[in-house]
Amino acid sequence: MIFSFNSDRFPTIPLGSFTWKWYETIFNDPDVWDAARTSVIVALCTAVLATFIGFCTAYTDFRYRFRFKNAYLALALLPPTIPLIIMALAMLAWFSRIGASGQIWSIIIAHTVLCSPFAMAVIRLRLQQMDSSLEAAAWNLGASEWRAMRYVVVPFVMPAIISALCLTMAVSFDEFAVAWFVSGLNKTIPVIILEILQGNIDPQINAIGSIVFITSMTLVIVAQLFFMTRQKSSVQFNANV
Amino acid sequence: MSERLVEFDGVVKRFGDVTAVERMHLEIHKGEFLAIMGSSGCGKTTTLRMLAGLDTPSDGEIRLSGQRMNEVKASERDTPMVWQTLALFPFLNVIKNVEFGLKMRGLDAPARNKKAREWLERLEIEEFAERDISQLSGGQRQRVALARALVTEPEILLLDEPLSALDANLVVRMQGVLSRLQKELGITFVYVTHSQSEAFAMADRVVIMSKGRIEQIGTPKEVYRAPASRFVAEFIGSNNILDGSVSKIENGVLVIDSSVGHLQATATPDSTINVGESVSAIVSSDNIVLSETSKQLPNEVRCQVISEEFIGSVVTLYVETEQGVELKIQKQQRELDTLDIQIGKPLWASWQAKNIYLLATT
Repeated sequence: MIFSFNSDRFPTIPLGSFTWKWYETIFNDPDVWDAARTSVIVALCTAVLATFIGFCTAYTDFRYRFRFKNAYLALALLPPTIPLIIMALAMLAWFSRIGASGQIWSIIIAHTVLCSPFAMAVIRLRLQQMDSSLEAAAWNLGASEWRAMRYVVVPFVMPAIISALCLTMAVSFDEFAVAWFVSGLNKTIPVIILEILQGNIDPQINAIGSIVFITSMTLVIVAQLFFMTRQKSSVQFNANV
Repeated sequence: MSERLVEFDGVVKRFGDVTAVERMHLEIHKGEFLAIMGSSGCGKTTTLRMLAGLDTPSDGEIRLSGQRMNEVKASERDTPMVWQTLALFPFLNVIKNVEFGLKMRGLDAPARNKKAREWLERLEIEEFAERDISQLSGGQRQRVALARALVTEPEILLLDEPLSALDANLVVRMQGVLSRLQKELGITFVYVTHSQSEAFAMADRVVIMSKGRIEQIGTPKEVYRAPASRFVAEFIGSNNILDGSVSKIENGVLVIDSSVGHLQATATPDSTINVGESVSAIVSSDNIVLSETSKQLPNEVRCQVISEEFIGSVVTLYVETEQGVELKIQKQQRELDTLDIQIGKPLWASWQAKNIYLLATT
C-alpha cells in the first residue's frame, strides 16, 4: 500500500516522493473502471443472492427435521471445500456447455455458489441463539407462519443478515480464480490486476490493490462489528435472566 | 362456574414411539384456575401445547366452547400462552412486545398503543414502556409476558411454568398477581407447573399427571387429604406411606398390620376395603403428634430423631421408628417449643385413627 504512493516506478527503498500519480492513472483507465463496475455489480448481486440462499438453508436447518438432513447440510457447506481451480474449471465447462460463458451473470452465479455457505454459516450461528419458543410465541399471538418469519425471525437474525451481506460481498470482491475462468470480457478487478501484472510491473497494481484491500477490509470489519454487537446484546440479555 | 370451556376427549399424543399423553379425558370449566401438575416428562406441557395448537393430537378430540379444535392452526386460536422462557421478542421494546398480538389482529397503531398502555398500567409496568427487554428484571419481564398474552382479552390463558425462573419471594408475589388477575378478569387460567406450592396456592382444581395419564383431578384439599393413588400420595411429598394389610374390622375401626406394628384407622362410610386386603396407610406429616413420654395410644410408635430442617416458621423432622421406618413430621416452630428435640433422642410419635387415609393397593 505504501508503494502505491511512491513516485518511483519500481518498489524500492528508500522511497521516492509521495504521489497520487498511480491513482490518477487507474482512475483514468477505462479498463479499470469497467472492471470496477463489473466487480461492484457482481459483488452486490452475489451478496444479496448468497445471503438469501444462506438464510433459507440455515432456516430449513433450524426449523425442520428430516431424514437426509446431514446430507443436505453437507451439500450446502460443500463449495468452500472444493479447490478453487477445480471449481473454476468445472464452472467454465458447465457455463460453456449451456452457452453462458463470459456473461456477467455467470460470474454472479459462480460467486453465489461460492459465497452462500459463508452466509449460511453466519446466519445459522445466529439462529441457534434464538429461543425456539420465540417463533411459536408469534404464532400463538395470531401471526401466520409468514408473518412470524417477517416480524420475528428476520428481525432476530438481522445483524447476521447484514454481517453475511458484507462478508459475501467482500469474498466476491476479492475472488479471482473463478472470476478469471468464467469472466470472458466482463473482467472483475482481481482479473484486471493479473492482466496488468502479466504485462509489466506497474505501481498501478499497488494502487488498485490498496483500494481492493481497503474495500474488503471495511466490509469484513463491518461484518465483524455486527457480529460483536449482537454477541454483546445477547450476553447482556443472559446476565439479566 | 361449571360451564364447560375446554374438553379433552380421549386425546392421545405420540412422538414417534413415545406416548406423551394417553387417552386423556379432561374438562376445563369457564372461569376456573386449573393447575396441571406432575414431574418433568409427564405430558403436562404437551397437554398445554395441544390446547394452544402447537402440537396436534394423534388421536381423540379437543373442543373449545364445543368446537372441534384439532385442525385449527395455532395462529387462528385465541389461546395465548405465557412461556416458561417467557419468549419475549428481544428486538422489540416493552410496548411493542405487548402490541404484537393486536398488530397481528390488524388493529391500527393508535388503537394498539392505547390498549397496550392500559395493560401495562394494569400490571404496573407503564413506566418501562419504552425500555428494551434486556433492561428489565425477571419480575418485570414476567409482567410484560402477562400483558402481552392478555392484551387481546382472551377467554383462556395458558401458563407454562411461568414462575420457574424467579427467586422464591418473587414467586410468592407473582402468585398474588396471578390469582388477583384471574379473579378480576374471570377468565380461565390453565397453569402447568411441577411446583406443588404454586399449584395449591392458586388453583381451584389441580390435575396430577404421571407418564401421560391423569392420576387425580380434584381441589387442592382433596388431593392433599385424599390422594387417589400411591403415586399422588408420594408426589404430594408431605405424606408418610405405611404399607400393610387389614387384619380385622370392628365397630368401624380397621386394624392394620403394618411396617410399624398395629395401626387403627377409622373406616370411611364409602370404604370398600375388606379383611386380608393389602393397603397403604397414609399419614400426613402435619397430623403426627410428638411427645417425650408414651401416652399408651393405639397409633403410637417409639422413634429417634435423625434430622431436622427449618423453613421459616415450619420445622420438618425426620425420625426413625424402632422398626427402622423413616417418618416425616411437620410442625410449627412454636409447637415444638415445649419439646426438647435432640438428634438421637427417643420420642413418641402418634396420630389419630381418623387421620389415617387408607388406599387399597392392588
